[in-house]
Amino acid sequence: MTATHEGAMRSSVGNPAAEKRGMNLTLRIWRQQGPTTKGKMVTYKITDISPDMSFLEMLDVLNEQLIMQGDDPVAFDHDCREGICGMCGVMINGQAHGPQQTTTCQLHMRSFADGDTIDIEPWRATAFPIIKDLAVDRRAFDRIIQAGGYISVPTGTAPEAHATPVPKADSDAAFDAATCIGCGACVAACPNASSMLFTAAKVTHLGLLPQGQPERNDRVVNMVAQQDREGFGGCTNIGECSASCPKGISMETISRLNHDLLGALRAGARPKS
Amino acid sequence: MPLELFTVGEPIADTKAPTDVPIGERWSERKFRGRLVNPANRRKLTVIVVGTGLAGGSAAATLGEAGYNVKSFWYQDSPRRAHSVAAQGGINAAKNYRNDGDSVHRLFYDTVKGGDFRSRENNVHRLAEVSVNIIDQCVAQGVPFAREYGGLLDNRSFGGTQVSRTFYARGQTGQQLLYGAYQALERQIAASSVEQHARTEMLDLIVVDGRARGIVARDLVSGEISTHFADAVVIASGGYGNVFYLSTNAKGSNTTAIWRAHKRGAYFANPCYTQIHPTCIPVKGDYQSKLTLMSESLRNDGRVWVPKERGDDRDPRDIPESDRDYYLERLYPSFGNLVPRDIASRQAKNVCDEGRGVGPGGLGVYLDFAEAIERLGRPAVEAKYGNLFDMYAQITGEDPYAVPMRIYPAVHYTMGGLWVDYDLQSTIPGMFVIGEANFSDHGANRLGASALMQGLADGYFVLPSTISSYLADGPFEKVDESHPAAVEALTGVQEQVQKLLSINGNRTPASFHREVGQLMWDLCGMERTDEGLRKAIDRIQEIRQEFWSNLKVTGDWHSFNQTLEHAGRVADFIELAELMCIDALHRRESCGGHFRAESQTPEGEALRDDENFAYVAAWEWTPAGQPPVLHREDLEYEYVHLAQRSYK
Repeated sequence: MTATHEGAMRSSVGNPAAEKRGMNLTLRIWRQQGPTTKGKMVTYKITDISPDMSFLEMLDVLNEQLIMQGDDPVAFDHDCREGICGMCGVMINGQAHGPQQTTTCQLHMRSFADGDTIDIEPWRATAFPIIKDLAVDRRAFDRIIQAGGYISVPTGTAPEAHATPVPKADSDAAFDAATCIGCGACVAACPNASSMLFTAAKVTHLGLLPQGQPERNDRVVNMVAQQDREGFGGCTNIGECSASCPKGISMETISRLNHDLLGALRAGARPKS
Repeated sequence: MPLELFTVGEPIADTKAPTDVPIGERWSERKFRGRLVNPANRRKLTVIVVGTGLAGGSAAATLGEAGYNVKSFWYQDSPRRAHSVAAQGGINAAKNYRNDGDSVHRLFYDTVKGGDFRSRENNVHRLAEVSVNIIDQCVAQGVPFAREYGGLLDNRSFGGTQVSRTFYARGQTGQQLLYGAYQALERQIAASSVEQHARTEMLDLIVVDGRARGIVARDLVSGEISTHFADAVVIASGGYGNVFYLSTNAKGSNTTAIWRAHKRGAYFANPCYTQIHPTCIPVKGDYQSKLTLMSESLRNDGRVWVPKERGDDRDPRDIPESDRDYYLERLYPSFGNLVPRDIASRQAKNVCDEGRGVGPGGLGVYLDFAEAIERLGRPAVEAKYGNLFDMYAQITGEDPYAVPMRIYPAVHYTMGGLWVDYDLQSTIPGMFVIGEANFSDHGANRLGASALMQGLADGYFVLPSTISSYLADGPFEKVDESHPAAVEALTGVQEQVQKLLSINGNRTPASFHREVGQLMWDLCGMERTDEGLRKAIDRIQEIRQEFWSNLKVTGDWHSFNQTLEHAGRVADFIELAELMCIDALHRRESCGGHFRAESQTPEGEALRDDENFAYVAAWEWTPAGQPPVLHREDLEYEYVHLAQRSYK
């Protein structure tokens, strides 16, 4: 805890002496100045890390030290720090979001042991160019949504909410798929860097609801065409995506996408050029 | 109150609400009297929208659908990440699907009362009217709200009400509502009606001939600082809770857009009204970077208690019923664990101050589900709150199904914000402010599940109607980057950025942020006193001086530099902190989330002073060295009887 400022200690914290002993760690972090510059792994030692710290708080401590030394802190994306915004995400020892099935911000240092060496790298995918260090550009996901991941209902045109009952089972299954946070772990974990789980989650969410039916065929063909255009790889049903998904989006969504795609193509739907 | 801390200016009034007709007709009447823009002319008009949360995202999408040229700005990589995404519990609407006596009038009444009679009746009534349209819109977009087995929508109850009017999507309602707005926005981006500016931060407002005409923004990836122009500017940048450093806000949530607009002439209303949410996971260490909320909906089934005796450090499961104090149920038998947030927070503070708090440092109370699990069964509790329990377990390493949760209040929401009239227009013509960034609807305390309602009401329904009255005078004279006002704003931003980089002192932006945040929590938090606030103001002035002489920021501004971003935001938080303390000091009454120790009932409840303080405090910025100017907007209550709030 050498990096925190003395004057800023929270009075609302319990007796620090009662805290568990801190861990000493070796971090090997991917440093890359920009999208076109060459990157490399750089080693840092960090001491006295509390097991109750989140992984990102551990990186905060490192960065405070780097700034005070006049060094460039490690760039990494993060925002809500409660596992819902999808902004954070790094490869930790080769696993997307690290050893637990959660977001990087919800991973805590109690998952590591004193003396560990931890490798920290950015998401790797052609469609996610590196901005700096651990931060990548995931706007390809937004463009997949733009291709059809919505229901066209201009504001003010909606019918009364109870006009169309939705079977609870469908609504619950749609919700499960709709919990995708767009973090990109599925792409990072996939050996093909495929975005299939991301796309399938949205196709499933909207395709299960009565409101999503009119655009169902066009949606699936256009979203699939867009993910190809973005340079994501093909899906070969490996399942790393679902295993690393912090929201546990199921592989069934991919089956549903393939089912919908086949149906749409047979019905004559074709992607917009 | 010594004169040097502020001066008093002319009173201010909202002139846009048509008060010549009954309250239930005012919104319709305003829409009717307002001017419209012909669809063919809309494409000649440009609107800048800053922020893509529920308010900004829904406004940008709706304005794009209407045919305006929209330029949308956000600081994250995707508009889907705005912090509305983290709202858990639900959204209120007066649908009365439960047949439990709910109505537009009751939602209006509950919200005015919940806000401790410090909000505008006209705005709140409109909010209640529009609430029902929001649910229709969201369902049509595919928002997967919780449903009953018959396929109809489910509801639950929330703090401060006795009806079930809260619509929800498990514990992720904000996420699902935001994705509805986000998808509508992406659809408009694909249709080229909305121009996107991802990872771009507004750093100043450009005012030309008294009208808001554009913004100065920095591209956070390339570092480029540039000007952007429009016929109107809409700010939807969220609240300023991160002035406390630790809060439930996202790390990037900041006050910069509204603060810099304030410095350009927009009045800042009721900055001291901040909401401390009662159910958050307690602080654990000095490395802590944020606090995590446990949705208020948990208070539907969880029971709040502490041991009766101080220093009782038994395992909570070993403490018999007779030795427990379910203090909310004891003090407020009719609302019990569902009292409004300000009351639940302050009572938690009180029992901890008495030495009966639990957990590290005695700063926590139990939220116990043992009875609910016994009554409903674990699967039912899992279905309702599963993701919240998982989150708690992940953060604390404890199993809340087995051991009671420990919770403590944390800064969550800011009711204050830029002053707006009924049209949501600020004191700068052409600049509109929506969502949490404005002050308009929640008075001194926001009820649960009302923030989502207000954000979407403003963005989908209110602003798109009211802004047309303003735009009907446009398009305004063309302005470009060579205009002196644009040059002045751009140069000012560049100079500030260079100054931040050139100090080269010995403290990081985060260390200043923590220090000012701790100070605000201690002296301008759940309980405020004359003495403490004066001390805080002196100290903030010292911190500000040190910030500008001892800050250390590495790197340059021509690149992705997160330390520089943070430094700029902390500079604004420090200035805002001072205004918050001045506002809190001048308001010598307690109301809602603003509790002045000097003003309480014999039972320790907030004691309002309606005779002297039934007004909105709208603050005008003055240049350095001069005290801010207070403009009062008197609040009048025609439909709700002013009364001491009671939840007993």
